[in-house]
Parts: sequence; C-alpha cells; structure tokens
Amino acid sequence: MTKQTGFQTARARYAAVFAVLLAAFAALIVWNINTGSVRIPVREIARILFTGAGDDTQVGIVWKLRMPRILAAAVLGGGLALSGFLMQTFFGNPIAGPFVLGISSGSKLCVALVMIVALRYFSFVSSWMLVLAAFAGALTAMAFVLLAARAIRQMSMLLVAGIMISYICSAVTEFLIAFAKDSDIVNLHSWSQGSFSGTKWSHVGVFSAIVLICLVLVFFMSKPIGAFQMGESYAQSMGVNVRRFRVALIFLSSLLAGCVTAFAGPISFVGIAVPHLIRLLLKTEKPILVIPASFLGGGVFCLFCDYIARTAFAPTDMPISTVTALFGAPVVIVMMIRRHRARL
Amino acid sequence: MNDAYFRTEGLTVGYNGKPLIRDIALGLRAGEILTLIGPNGSGKSTILKSITKHLSAIRGDAFIAGASVNAMNYKELSKKLAVVLTERLRGELLTCWDVVATGRYPYTNTLGILDAEDRKKVFAAMERVHAADLADKNFSAVSDGQRQRILLARAICQEPEILVLDEPTSFLDIRHKLELLGILRSMAKEKGITVILSLHEIDLAQKISDKILCVSGETISHFGTPDEIFREEIINPLYGIEKGSFNLTFGSVELPRPEGEPKVFVISGCGSGVRLFRRLQKAGLPFYAGILYENDIDLQVAAPLAARVITETPFLSIRDETYEAARSLMKQCEAVVCAGVPIGESNRRLGDLIREAGALGLLKEENALFHRQEAR
Repeated sequence: MTKQTGFQTARARYAAVFAVLLAAFAALIVWNINTGSVRIPVREIARILFTGAGDDTQVGIVWKLRMPRILAAAVLGGGLALSGFLMQTFFGNPIAGPFVLGISSGSKLCVALVMIVALRYFSFVSSWMLVLAAFAGALTAMAFVLLAARAIRQMSMLLVAGIMISYICSAVTEFLIAFAKDSDIVNLHSWSQGSFSGTKWSHVGVFSAIVLICLVLVFFMSKPIGAFQMGESYAQSMGVNVRRFRVALIFLSSLLAGCVTAFAGPISFVGIAVPHLIRLLLKTEKPILVIPASFLGGGVFCLFCDYIARTAFAPTDMPISTVTALFGAPVVIVMMIRRHRARL
Repeated sequence: MNDAYFRTEGLTVGYNGKPLIRDIALGLRAGEILTLIGPNGSGKSTILKSITKHLSAIRGDAFIAGASVNAMNYKELSKKLAVVLTERLRGELLTCWDVVATGRYPYTNTLGILDAEDRKKVFAAMERVHAADLADKNFSAVSDGQRQRILLARAICQEPEILVLDEPTSFLDIRHKLELLGILRSMAKEKGITVILSLHEIDLAQKISDKILCVSGETISHFGTPDEIFREEIINPLYGIEKGSFNLTFGSVELPRPEGEPKVFVISGCGSGVRLFRRLQKAGLPFYAGILYENDIDLQVAAPLAARVITETPFLSIRDETYEAARSLMKQCEAVVCAGVPIGESNRRLGDLIREAGALGLLKEENALFHRQEAR
C-alpha cells in the first residue's frame, strides 16, 4: 500500500514540476515580447503572433528583433542545460559543465578564429561554418580535459584543469580580437562575452535543428544514462557497451556546447545550476524526467536572465553571463555546501 | 568437464596485458556454488572481473552453456550473468526499489519503462531477500546488511543463470552473513542458478560451497570439492598460517599457543576444558592437558593451544603408560586444575590422578592461577 502512495505522490510531483516549467516558459516568452524600449500590449502580441497582422513597426519588432532572440534564449538555454547534464553524467560530478570545464572557451576560440579569418578573406561566414568550428573547438578542449582527468584522478583537479583551459582560450581569443578589423570588433566583443542579441532567423533554423535533434537523441539515451549514473561497472553488467556510450556522451555534449557558443558565445553556470535545480525539484535523478525538464528549465532560466540583461540598463545590453552568474553561482555554492554536509 | 554448465579454458587474467594468474581451468554444473578463497591481494577479484567481462581476459575464455563469453556482447551477457560488486553503487536520490528495478534493464523497452510484469518481478526479488519493507527507503541511507540484500535482489531480478558476487559478506555482521549465504544456497538449489563468489571467511566457504578454488599468486593452487580442499596441507600454506590455527572440522580458529615452560596441568573432559584453555591462552600461560580421549571435544581446542596433550584411545581404560606420562608432566607443574570431568568405568584412573595431585598439594582453584598473574 505504501508503495502505491509513494508512486502516486512522486507522479503528482513530476506533473506539477512540468506544469510549472511550461507555464513559466509561456509566460516568459510573452513577457519578453511585451517589454523593451517599445512596449507591446499582450493582446497585440497574440494578434501579431497568430495572424501576422498589426502595426508595421510592432510586427517588425516582434518578428525581426524579439522573436529570434527569444527563441535563441529558449533553445540555446535548453541546449546548454542538456550539455551540462551530459557532462555531469560523464564525469560523475555535479559541478561539471561546459563553462567550468573550458569547453565553451575552446569553442569560442575556434569560432573567433574562423570569424576573423573568414571575414578578412571571404567577407562571409555561414552558420554551419561557425557550428563546425565551435564543435571542433569543444572537442579539442574536451580532449585536453580528458587527458587531465586521466593523469590526475581527482575531481577537483579536473575542474582546475578546465578553468585553466578556459583562461588560456579566452586570452588567445582576446589577442585574436585585437587583430580583427575595427568594424567587426564591436560585434565580436559582445559575442565573446556571451549574448543572445543579434540573432537572425537563419541562425534560428540552424541551431534549432541541431539542438532539437540532440535533445531527441539524448532523450532516447535516457536508459543507458540511468545505468551509467550507477557507475560504469554496474552499467556494463546491465548490458551497456560503456566504451561506445562514453563516446556518444562526449560527442553530444560537445556538439550542444559548441552550438550554443557559436551563436551566443560562452554562457556561464546554466549548465551546472539548471540540472541541479531540476533534480532538487523533481527529487529524482531519473534521466527520462531530468532530460526534458532540464531542457525546459534551461530555456526558462535563460529567458529570465536575458530579460534582465536586456532591460536592467536599457538601452544597453549586459552580457548574459553577468546575469546567469548572478543567479547560477549561488546555486552552485549552496549545492557544494549541501553535498559536503551530506558526506559528514 | 564436458557436462559442465560453466567452464573456463586456459583463462589467463591480469591488468594492462600483464598476466597475474595463468591457465585457470574449472568446470561447474548448473546450480553449483563455487567459492574463491585465498589471501588478500591474491587475485580473487581479478578472476571474477574477468569472468564478468569487466576486465578482458589476456588469454583463454569462459563458456556459459557452451557459449563463449568473449564472443558475447554485453547485452547478451547481461541476460545470463548478474553481479554484486564491491564497488560502491553511485547514483543519488535513488530508493531501494529504484536500485532493484535496474536489474530489469536488459528486459525493458528503449526508454526503460517497467511494465506490470517487471514490477511484479522486482517486488518478488525484494521479498526473496526479505527487504520488501525497504522499498521506499533511500538507498544511500540503509545499513550495510540491507544494502547487500538490495544489491542481491537487484541481481536476482535480472534473472541470471550465473550470479557472480565479489566478497558479498564483507562488512556484514554474523547474522547478515548467514542470512545472505542462506539465500544464495537456496537460489542455487531451488532455481538452479550457478553461483560464483569470493569469501574471506573460509569457515563459511567450507559450508556453503560445492566447489572451492584456491587462489594464490601465479596459478590456481587447487580446485576441488570442500572435502578435497579443506586439509591442513592445503589451507595452511594457502594463507601462510604459521601463528594460530584453523580447525578444519569445525571451521573455528584458535590464536597461537602461549610460549614458555608450562606451569599448569589441566584435567578436563567432555567440553569442560574449552573455556579454561582459551582463558589460559589469553593470559599467556602455557599449559599441559590430559588425560583426554581422542574423541573428546576438549581435544579440538587443547591440541592447538596446549604445550602437550596426553591422549588415550577412545573406549579403552586408561593404560599404565598413559597414566605415567600424565603423572610425570603433572609433577613438573606448579599447579593442577581440574575443570570437572565425569568419572566412569573406563576413565576410573583419572580419579586417581586427581587424588594424587591433591596429595602432592598441587591441586588449585582455577581463579588462583589468574590472581597470581594479575598480582604480578
């Protein structure tokens, strides 16, 4: 009997968490369209979104400026949270994530390189080139992290190695930006700080395709991920080909992290804070629930943070990482303290 | 070995391509229990890990019902073989039910959702190990004994044909040890599951196993039934027992006998001496014992602990030479203690020995021995 009620309360909790996330997601989208230097009433938004008719300036603002940016925050935020979740699974460490491990910075370096070279010699950069560069950068940084992890089997050292890689890549990126043409510097600079501004519809198509395909793949990997969370040996005894699975984890997490960096630059703390908060809310680690919830949660978190980045000092945009760090870092600190206490 | 359900052929195991133990050949029938014994670091875990494919074998192969383990993929293997590892099971926020349910992994659909049949099997496995009441408990919060039972339930609901357990009784108290091994025994006999495990408690190994594998160093020193293996000439060198002793009949252990010139002679019989022998050992007082019939239970403890024991063939009256041997040892002593012994027709002369000790003024109360020692 207790078993039955146990199941029921858990189910009710899961349903509630998803309902709240979806509601927040919808509300934040409307709110983000609504506010800015031009306020657009909610009724107008509905009309513009669903019929496409309305005041020309307002339609332009909604469709050309705000919607791509909102979709970038929603989809890339979700991708980032997912990438963080995969890295945490891979390293068995809740503090792992694309930003702290230097994966984002590796992508940033490669993207900056490609942008500068391509703009100087071809004066044209395609989205796919950027994604490819970002993916290559992410994989390279990941390779270094894995080498460090193999040499020093200690979780804290892994993070130190990641942070060092991150500093080196950022430093090199700054050098590169110094060599860029003046006209590109403004754009490059705001991108290298992390921002959703300036997203174009052509970008939206590319990153949505990549992130959503990854989301589906990851979701269908939730069974082996669940096995892997119990430890490699146990996963193997349950029939998981651990070697192949690890490669899949690395590729998917790097692709997600790279894709986000290519379009929005490095964004801090989303990858760590969101999956952790989601686990706290759901009170479970089951991937089949945590994966979709983290994706939604990442979107919600980034929509919220972008709203603040956009409006706090309007008309100037703040780098998105400033805001995500403000909300994400305390979560990480609290998590570390709680874990430490739990171990005592 | 052709009727063997599980067998290994020329299996050589080790780490990083370096062979540790070579050419392991063993065969088990379905439903048999094999226990690996041997000192710490002898390679028991290495062998188990190679059987479960957590380590790739350097040479040779294992076969389950004739099918090569090397050739099997992990998924196929997971339906035949389940494990209980020493490695801590990671994963947070898992209830015991969740942990057991992971045993159904090889049988569930792509997303790993349990159906009604799976749930029934998970529940049955928990009942099997008497842990159904733990279902909602957080796995990280249960005791060592409960944890092992949950891990065993997890392995059981994987419905394996072979169950491999690496030191499943470590950290368990005696009650939980017996409970766990009892479950394994009935799994093997009722369901025909072949069990391969490693144990530190050789006394338990002797009682639970159908086959024993002695692991020490380069090669397997012995493989056989407990009757063949549990002999002094095999067990003592295997563990390098020099101090203390292991009683092969009862599986009990005794600490090393006290050294020095014995000052005490103990007369006992029918179990009355066991407690006193051990008390003398603890106090470090060397002693002689006698006259004990060779079938007397006291002899099992006196033999490893006393400096010398005077014995007599069972059912005979005490002979003159035996009596004389005892009397001369007794006279070398400062004290004679009688732990109490029933005197009858055949051991009538033991009564004489006690009277003679009394006449010599040697007969002492047991506590007097230890008072003197404490005063010193």
